[in-house]
Amino acid sequence: MTVTLSGNDLARTIGARLPQAVVEANDRWVLVRRESIAQFANFLKNTPELSFDYLNYVTAVDYHDYFELVYQFTALKDNRQVVVKTRCPRNDATVPSITPVYRGADLQEREVFDLMGIKFEGHPNLKRIFLWEGFQGYPLRKDYL
Amino acid sequence: MEIDQLKDIVTEADRAEGETIEAFKRRSLEPYPDPDEWLENNVITTNIDKLLNWARRSTIFPVVCFPACCAFEYIASNASRFDLSRFGMEIIRASPRQADLMITAGTLTWKLAPAVRRIYDQMAEPRWVIAMGACGISGGIFRSSYNVVPGYNRVVPVDVYVPGCPPRPEALIYGINLLQKKIARMHTKIEIPRPPMPGRMAAGK
Amino acid sequence: MTLRTEPFVINFGPFHPSSHGVFRIRFTLDGEVVVDAEPVFGYLHRGIEKLAEERTYTGVIPLTDRLDYISSMNNNLGYVLAVEKLAGITVPERAQYLRVILAELQRVAAHLISVGAFINECGAFFTPFLYMFREREKIVDLLEMVSGQRLLYNFMRVGGFNQDIPEEFLPAARKIIAKLPAHIDEYDRLLMENEVLLARTKGVGILPKETAISIGAAGPVLRGCGVNWDIRKADPYCVYDRMQFDIPTGTVGDCYDRYRVRVEEMRQSVRIVKQALEALPGGPVKAANVPQILRPPVGEAYARIEAPKGELGFYLVSDGGIAPYRCHIRAPSLINLSALRDMVIGWKLQDAVVTFGSIDITMGEVDR
Repeated sequence: MTVTLSGNDLARTIGARLPQAVVEANDRWVLVRRESIAQFANFLKNTPELSFDYLNYVTAVDYHDYFELVYQFTALKDNRQVVVKTRCPRNDATVPSITPVYRGADLQEREVFDLMGIKFEGHPNLKRIFLWEGFQGYPLRKDYL
Repeated sequence: MEIDQLKDIVTEADRAEGETIEAFKRRSLEPYPDPDEWLENNVITTNIDKLLNWARRSTIFPVVCFPACCAFEYIASNASRFDLSRFGMEIIRASPRQADLMITAGTLTWKLAPAVRRIYDQMAEPRWVIAMGACGISGGIFRSSYNVVPGYNRVVPVDVYVPGCPPRPEALIYGINLLQKKIARMHTKIEIPRPPMPGRMAAGK
Repeated sequence: MTLRTEPFVINFGPFHPSSHGVFRIRFTLDGEVVVDAEPVFGYLHRGIEKLAEERTYTGVIPLTDRLDYISSMNNNLGYVLAVEKLAGITVPERAQYLRVILAELQRVAAHLISVGAFINECGAFFTPFLYMFREREKIVDLLEMVSGQRLLYNFMRVGGFNQDIPEEFLPAARKIIAKLPAHIDEYDRLLMENEVLLARTKGVGILPKETAISIGAAGPVLRGCGVNWDIRKADPYCVYDRMQFDIPTGTVGDCYDRYRVRVEEMRQSVRIVKQALEALPGGPVKAANVPQILRPPVGEAYARIEAPKGELGFYLVSDGGIAPYRCHIRAPSLINLSALRDMVIGWKLQDAVVTFGSIDITMGEVDR
């Protein structure tokens, strides 16, 4: 059975090495400051006792004042999973990309950019994926149509 | 390096594609009227018509146009249980120049619409279109979406509408039979160009 | 004297007989060797995630059918599992066994099409495909007996099923399941040692293990590389923890391995259906007290299943209303496609087509 690693445990483990990264943590997820999400992901992958090497998904939710990005990682060896979240304000929607660490985030971050309008710094090929160049607006936002 | 130059061209191609789609969307605000002049045809079909229509309706070649789920019901109609080759439609032509029927098996999106129109334009006359499924008739379950064209008749004129989501193979075969009946009532005008008489040509008439 | 060549860009699709739907790849070719492959998506982007925000929780079920349209029972299952997790509903035993039976039957039907289309691209123009359609029609008859539809069933509901299965289903299912292994063996015998298939698929389109894990690939693409990861064993849902079955894995990660994984999975699915048919209990098929219009409490849930293409997951956020606030679909075909560039660069165009067929995507899922 895949065990969800408690957000509190994760915050404690990484909080020692990356102070001020964690904003909030509970049993189900960890909320991370947006500037440190790439380092956080790096830590998750490369720390031997964590070794979360598999990215399940990257997605974004529009909560009128801010966007919340949700990432889920799995450690295939130990069969553990963890949910990491980060927020960015609506008028400054930029987040560092985790594509250099997890290659599977490439197409998924492009999809989030296309449908929600959140820009990812450090992404190798950030252009629209489902809609065409010149499409006005970002459809999955709550204020579209 | 040449490959880097090609990479810039590729992004130009993206922008060009976007402009084509936007222009196409602005042009397709009204649906095409259904081609139904044959209903008012009071002309008695001649023997040549009977021969041509028999030949045309007995071997219709469809073109590859399989966006979505209805494609699998179309393929199932072509398979051994509901054999479509009994009606002459065995071979699916990949090249539109060699095809005369476009069975639109799937949802049409604005991104795909210029490509569908281009395939329709490349087919040689006489050509027919069957709009298959609810998505082909009116956009179906996805009608209110931002990227879905509300029916294929915004983009091409449609001859037969086959409802269903997806239509059963028997329904599709019934639609094809209706198309064959429609083709049987076509009237073809044959014009043989006559060379002018020598004297009149010199006189400038 | 070396020959000076110039790379050129060629368009593969969107309308192409081998492109598994409307998919476009811009190949940059140097002669016949692929130098770069850029996939272009979006030709079937219907906005399912946005449409789901306007419909009630039960009304989203027909939309989920149309994701991976050749295996729609599995899509329905993933979605209703997510809603049940969100709303805290427990499903009765009989419904769970029925879900397993229908999902595994659907897996066999979907793999028949996948393998058939793959062999089609290797050059056996339609013969194995039509043979496999013969078996698929028998399974689709069973599913039609249960739900009334041939392709997009819309049959699972939050809490179980609305109606029980008819009486003729169980004897018919037993009859078909008894004959299926013989047919699968027949196809295998014709194709397994075929020289043309081996020459076109062995050693072609190799995906290394670390790349597959880093990309997040799932399903036969991941298991073909040798990673033993299947959601039915790692994170069981419904009654999979009571079933005995094996997980086939490949060794090298080439197209032949992925093909063998799919054929073995069909055999294991038949085994699971046999066990589930014998152990099917009686009882209700729907949880009591599930309201007509669901209003789950505020919160979020992620549920995943092992669909024929990989890990299909639904991430649902609820704000207490009658419609989902956000429904994100983790589509296995899109994420498996990230591997395409690596597998194809340096190979010839024909190998690229075979590799692309062995990843086996459905555009309804990639584009949603």
